[in-house]
Amino acid sequence: MSEADPAETGGEFHAAWTAMLRAGHGSAVHPSVLGRLAAESGDLLYRAAQDQPFQPRLAGQAGALLVDNHFTDPAVLADALEVLQAQPLPDDRGPALCGAFAAGWAAALRERTLREQETIRLAADTARQEVEKALRASEARFRALFESAAIGIGLGDTDGNILAVNRALGEIFGGGPEDMTGVRVNDLVHPEDTPGVWEAYEELIGGKREYFQFDKPYYRRDGEVVWTHLTVSLIRDDDGTPLYQVAMLEDITDRYRLQERLRHQATHDPLTGLPNRAAFFERLEKLFEEPEPGARFGLCYVDLDGFKVVNDSLGHDMGDQLLTAVAGRLDAALSPLGHLVARLGGDEFVVLLENCRGEQEAVAAAKTVLAALAKPVLIGDHKLAVGASVGVLERRIATTTPGAAVRAADLTLYRAKEAGRGRWTLFDPKENARAVSRYAVSVRMPAALDRGEFFIDYQPMVDLADGSMAGVEALVRWRHPQLGVLGPDEFVGVAEETGLIMPLGRWVLEQACGQAADWVARFGDRAPKLSVNLAVRQARNAGLVSDIDRILRSTGLDPARLQLEITESTVVGPEDEALKALHALVDMGVSLAVDDFGTGWSNLAYLRDLPVSALKIAGSFVGDLHDPAKDTHLGWRIVSGLVSLAHTLGLTVTAEGVESRADAERLRLMGCDWAQGWHFGRPVRPGEIARRIAEANLPESDFAGER
Amino acid sequence: MRRPNWVPAGTDLDKPNAARVYDYYLGGSHNFEADRQMARKAMELWPDLPRIMRANRAFLRRSVHLLAEEKGITRFLDIGSGIPTFGPVHEVARAVQPDTRVVYVDRDPVAVAHSRLILADVPDCAVIEADLRDVDDLLSRPEVVELLEPGEPVAVMLVAVLHFVTDADEPEKLVARLREALPPGSALVVSHAGLEGRPDQAGSHQDLYKRTPTPLTMRSKDRVRGFFEGFELLEPGVVYLPEWRPDEPGTVGPHPERMTGLAGVGLLP
Repeated sequence: MSEADPAETGGEFHAAWTAMLRAGHGSAVHPSVLGRLAAESGDLLYRAAQDQPFQPRLAGQAGALLVDNHFTDPAVLADALEVLQAQPLPDDRGPALCGAFAAGWAAALRERTLREQETIRLAADTARQEVEKALRASEARFRALFESAAIGIGLGDTDGNILAVNRALGEIFGGGPEDMTGVRVNDLVHPEDTPGVWEAYEELIGGKREYFQFDKPYYRRDGEVVWTHLTVSLIRDDDGTPLYQVAMLEDITDRYRLQERLRHQATHDPLTGLPNRAAFFERLEKLFEEPEPGARFGLCYVDLDGFKVVNDSLGHDMGDQLLTAVAGRLDAALSPLGHLVARLGGDEFVVLLENCRGEQEAVAAAKTVLAALAKPVLIGDHKLAVGASVGVLERRIATTTPGAAVRAADLTLYRAKEAGRGRWTLFDPKENARAVSRYAVSVRMPAALDRGEFFIDYQPMVDLADGSMAGVEALVRWRHPQLGVLGPDEFVGVAEETGLIMPLGRWVLEQACGQAADWVARFGDRAPKLSVNLAVRQARNAGLVSDIDRILRSTGLDPARLQLEITESTVVGPEDEALKALHALVDMGVSLAVDDFGTGWSNLAYLRDLPVSALKIAGSFVGDLHDPAKDTHLGWRIVSGLVSLAHTLGLTVTAEGVESRADAERLRLMGCDWAQGWHFGRPVRPGEIARRIAEANLPESDFAGER
Repeated sequence: MRRPNWVPAGTDLDKPNAARVYDYYLGGSHNFEADRQMARKAMELWPDLPRIMRANRAFLRRSVHLLAEEKGITRFLDIGSGIPTFGPVHEVARAVQPDTRVVYVDRDPVAVAHSRLILADVPDCAVIEADLRDVDDLLSRPEVVELLEPGEPVAVMLVAVLHFVTDADEPEKLVARLREALPPGSALVVSHAGLEGRPDQAGSHQDLYKRTPTPLTMRSKDRVRGFFEGFELLEPGVVYLPEWRPDEPGTVGPHPERMTGLAGVGLLP
């Protein structure tokens, strides 16, 4: 380094120094701020370089100033020393000056680093304490929530170990929370558990469902039963693996007992304590909801003989005591057999045999009724001889309805009464139909059509190949003011005899075609084909063809969407007039099917000449497959034979009366085209059909799986 | 859907944290070993990073200075303020507007605690722990309500923060929600890691941040411009960090795109 003009070198040094600072970290600093810093630190260095005596401390101050202004990058030190070395110095203080600058910079950086580390450590500690405080507060809140909740809460793992319970839960079980430790969820089974509760539990802990709710009874520690409303939910970890189960229980014992009492009152006869009319019908209807294929039931309709005399001569009080005694005897004699005894009202009782094994069992029950009442009843000083008449009905569930069954049993009872008292009489379908028609049908029917007492239900007909609802059969119903809803079996015969079948048949065709046209308008090709029964007398009527033509025109229904079902007896020979009408209908585009095939004496030769395109195999063929008294193997061979016969004639086959998935599958395998029956759906209101058409569009729909 | 704020966020010092990594890039020591490890790794792959961070910091300074001096703004909401040791908003603004109020917002409890320590004696500056992704909660905080209440213009600083909001959290909607809360004349300041400047670096850099609690989403210039919907962009629009109103023409440098960060300032009509 050499002597030079201090003023000139000072200018050069300042310029170099400022440029050096601006290149690095200085780019982030405002130029005026940088300018001030460059001037201040440059001054210090210039004085350190030029002042006499040499004050290295000034260079150190300049280094510290840089660090204070965030020039902490080691590259700054290297650049700074380069600029310092480049300036001419008055003596050999160069190395000392650089050293002092570097030391000042480094010392300040060390201080700054330690200070910043201290600050950030303090900040981290503060933050962590805040978090811990918040966590403790949060935990305290949750603990308080858990401990003092009025609802019982329990936490368990997915192996069923109970980990923690709150006070309310302990109280529900009649103890403290500590009494529940070590208990396993599976220990809490109760014999009255609602079906499905444990399946739901297994699904939950297996991660297959998120929560379930049930009303569930538990045993308390004192052996009493406590009823709870239970909600169990699953808690998963962040990866979705089931971790805990949380159960919440609300004690609903009082509410439950009240409900039970109200229910008992609603379903029991206050005089005799027997189930009442409502309870009986509830049980009966439940029986019809989801019967096993081929399931049977029995009814004994019981009426006391001469009760009115007792009541009138000895007074109501005596009558009531007698009824109570009779109820006691019937209950004692029949309930142990598993039958339900109910009082329908007055002196009428009924015995319901669920899962009846046949007529013999129902008759045996009737005999038991009569035997139970054989001995006189002792009331006060009176020895009262009571007899009874019993109407016995025993049927396959699928062949009737609850209302029709009770009505039939009642009518059978009257036959027993008429035949002389103190006896039982067995249901006879012919007698029953005769009695129904005598009783009300023929008299009331003409006015019923005008009064709008008829309506139409539709039963699905399913294409076995793909399970779709290909057609529906229109089934006329009569909402009879006294008898309730009657099916076609109960009044169509009379209608044919009286000629009323003509206006009724026309009305049915008009209604059903209108309905079918409406479905087509709403659903297009997804609408089912309509099938309507044609009575023999209708087929022989001269106006049939023009009637149907008019109806199709007025409703706008495509003839191809209408199928008429005729019976084997509609056409009796090749010269039959009816044959012409049928041909005319087929020419029109309407299709024909033979209904109830196999029940009449078919002349197969005529069958070939009939313009039909389909056969419906009578329900009794499929129904017989489940009759224990009949040869199942032979039954299937008959059905199979009918199917191949129909196919030989080029006809499609519909099997009626299909009640199980297994039968449906077997029919499908033997090539049967369509099927109908409870398995595929009962006759329902048109709105229900519309809903099914709409649902069939959904991909997950499994129509055949519904009942 | 995030859980209710019953349980506070953790303070895991073993995981790198964006605010402290940023501090390290800027030559600070407010960081821990995990932060430094990640920063060193990132700088090894991309040595320009400290320069980029300085450019970002310089943009913050220039934008605050402009808003304070030319637009007379005295209210600032700095969201994602991190560890504001170097040229914090209140220092820059108060050089021209001494009565400036600033609310600093960060979601990292350590950054918040640190800011409270160093701002303890600074009047009219508040620090709150809140999350931009729960913008309604953020806007409902008393400090923020107080800042917005008089209806005077407020500058919202989203400097190097929106790229820590993933697309799933819909950053455009968050910014729109902020805009709805701002009085007329308010400003939006955005800087954002850009995709186009160094396409060769984007992938590996985002991968590094994947392991942190704040994954990084670099976005295109068009996306960044989209954040200004409803605002009038000041000249020169959305540009690379050094290009936004440089102090002197010479400081832009020959390759502003190497700074990759995009920047812009908009005013609410």
